[in-house]
Amino acid sequence: MTTETNVKIAIRDLSVYYDKKQAVHSLSLDIRAHEILSVIGPANSGITTLLRSLNRLFDLTPGSRTEGDILLDEKSIYGPDVSLTELRRRVGMVFDVPTPLPMSIFDNVAYGPRLKSKKARGSVAETVERSLRMAALWDETKDRLKMPAASLSGGQQQRLCIARVLALEPEVILLDRPCSGLDPISTAKIEDSLTLLKKQFTIVLAPHNVQQAVRVSSRTAFMLSGRLIEEGPSTEVFSDPKDRRTSDYITGRFG
Amino acid sequence: MRINPRTTGKIAKVLIWAAALSVLVVLVAIILYILFKGMPFINWRFLTDIPRSMGRSGGIAPAIAGTAMVSLVAIVIAVPFGIGTAFYLAEYTRGNAVTRIIRFSAESLAAIPSIVYGLFGFLFFVIYLDLGWSVLSGGLTLAFMILPTVIRTSEEAILTVPNTYREVSFSLGGTKWQTIRKAVFPSAIQGIANGVILSLGRCVAETAAVILTAGSALRMASSLFSPTRTMAVHFYYLAREGISMDNAYATAALLILLIFLINVVANAFVNRTMAKGR
Amino acid sequence: MKKFKEKLSGRVFFALALSSISALALITVFIIVNGVPLIAEVGVGNFIFGMSWAPSRGEFGIFPMIVGSVAVTLGAAAIGVPVGICCSIFLAEFAPAPLRNLFRPAIQLLAGIPSVVYGFWGLLFLVPFIRNYLGGPGLSLLAGAVILGIMILPTVISISEVSILALPRQYKEGALALGMTHWQTIRSVILPSARSGIVAAVILGIGRAIGETMAVIMVLGNAVAMPASILDPVRTLTTNIGIEMGYASGPHQQALFATGIVLFVIIMILNASAQYITRKR
Repeated sequence: MTTETNVKIAIRDLSVYYDKKQAVHSLSLDIRAHEILSVIGPANSGITTLLRSLNRLFDLTPGSRTEGDILLDEKSIYGPDVSLTELRRRVGMVFDVPTPLPMSIFDNVAYGPRLKSKKARGSVAETVERSLRMAALWDETKDRLKMPAASLSGGQQQRLCIARVLALEPEVILLDRPCSGLDPISTAKIEDSLTLLKKQFTIVLAPHNVQQAVRVSSRTAFMLSGRLIEEGPSTEVFSDPKDRRTSDYITGRFG
Repeated sequence: MRINPRTTGKIAKVLIWAAALSVLVVLVAIILYILFKGMPFINWRFLTDIPRSMGRSGGIAPAIAGTAMVSLVAIVIAVPFGIGTAFYLAEYTRGNAVTRIIRFSAESLAAIPSIVYGLFGFLFFVIYLDLGWSVLSGGLTLAFMILPTVIRTSEEAILTVPNTYREVSFSLGGTKWQTIRKAVFPSAIQGIANGVILSLGRCVAETAAVILTAGSALRMASSLFSPTRTMAVHFYYLAREGISMDNAYATAALLILLIFLINVVANAFVNRTMAKGR
Repeated sequence: MKKFKEKLSGRVFFALALSSISALALITVFIIVNGVPLIAEVGVGNFIFGMSWAPSRGEFGIFPMIVGSVAVTLGAAAIGVPVGICCSIFLAEFAPAPLRNLFRPAIQLLAGIPSVVYGFWGLLFLVPFIRNYLGGPGLSLLAGAVILGIMILPTVISISEVSILALPRQYKEGALALGMTHWQTIRSVILPSARSGIVAAVILGIGRAIGETMAVIMVLGNAVAMPASILDPVRTLTTNIGIEMGYASGPHQQALFATGIVLFVIIMILNASAQYITRKR
């Protein structure tokens, strides 16, 4: 298997603008299948914008504009025949704060499957159970699926959001600082699930700190002010960074 | 001479307490007085009988039916248009110039006196469309009158739905319509319902606009095209022409009870929203 | 199927919005079309500043009614505004919780009660009181002003209270930390900061007073004449329409629409200034 065929998402010369302000500067980056790629960098580096470009959620922002291209399985996601709903189903997203919808635990996980046509969705109950199991939340919630999702703890809510994305049966999962508001135990649980999920999915993670990138990701990309500074296997980036700014950041001189 | 700030503070506090308490006393006095004078005359016969000798005796059944019919027509027409417009403003055109113009006109028209709506309804529905003084003319006029309020309150309710709900729904592959229906609407419904119910209250209480458009017939309305009088209009005639003080008090008491009930229901919606801790 | 629903729903929302806007535009256009010809014929000056309203003789001067509306409204504001603002300060700063929980629904109920009920109450108590103790026929400018002063309370109180409660807590805490007394804080920090909201509340209250019809129709006496004192009967723009619309026809009817235009313009000006003041903040 060559590296060429192994590329799941290819970002080509991507520039992203909010009105006049440029958030991402001609960025090119390959994301390989079945890896966990961490994108690290200080606040306002354009990481969230980059992640939101990968499922075109960024299109919803008023005044947004994109140049360059993103290829998913070698097909442009900006092509004229691309269905946005299909794309977002293939590229799922978990947000930085837990975002349960105001409905029951079950309905939250079933939200995605139920959007499909009756024929295509199969058994919703099975999908929900499988997804909750994969997110390591089944044991805690199986007896209270009808309870409002807001009754869960913050860590459980975030795992619920992961389960909700898994229920879409996506190919890629984007996680935008998924543990930023969570305690260490919840964070560890989520990191454990991520390592398991890697086998089936391609994961792009914006970790909330450098240590998390070290712990879970196989490769790491470092962004600063909307530019890609350096990328490579995590071990290399962290032990032997090529760029001065990368080493300054990971040793905690700024950010 | 300089007065001690503590003393000024005390005087101000006493004045404010006095003003507030006297307002409360006046309000409670108005409401209780009418209830005390009117309640003894509210009984089953009063509610179900037709008025006799211009309302001097008998009941107010046709006016109750008239109020219900006119308000129902108004709500049935204004609510879909109002809510649809609110969704259009909040979800489809957020923040552009057209939205601002629509919002400004809705806000301004909400402040137009009801008599002006009556004027319009009289000439447009009663004369021009030849609907005559009728349940339909009255209901349509009230629909126009409450439309700006329904638009405004619904839009406010929709805008308070956190944007993350929309983002989550879109990120899970939802279309705009699915997002509105499944993620936004369920969260906005209580605020919308609150606005609709308060609009219903305005329909029930309105006098000027319906007197010009629904007429003042004492008979029971048999169809949408029959003239009718509402409770508020009936009360106006009873009180103004001094036909029967007892029946006037009873009708007023009934109206107050009805408005009270409507407020309680509307508040229940708001409180449930708050209790959910959104 | 999903695409179709998506397109259809978008179109339906657009159609609903378009109809609502057309409906609202229709009212404006309709009233203007029906009223302007008469104003043009009589002349703007003669219509607005004319002293004689005698439809049967073709005289359409509404100046006495403009004076009536303005006088009654000013009277209502003189009574309702200070009391209303005191109540909003009370609710936001002083009221113990149980009292507040009684006050708020009472205000809401007050706002919902049919205006004819207020008129009736005025007719029963206020009019005889004025006649017996102050003189005149009782049906008077004063009676209307008192009734409207009470009726605008909910508007003034609720909007002012909201604008006081919307202030950041730090304003108050900062002032108290500087050693100001509670009242000094209210007077020199809270009220000035909430000023634009309170002014908007007053303007909207005035709008409500000037537009009110049924309550004042019962207590004003409705004579078309310049009032010489607050104990004289007067007629307002709204009551003019309310009283005569039932039987007017031809130019007379047009004249009532023209009266409606004047009301419309007054309300638009009031409302636009209220919006302008709140936006500016």
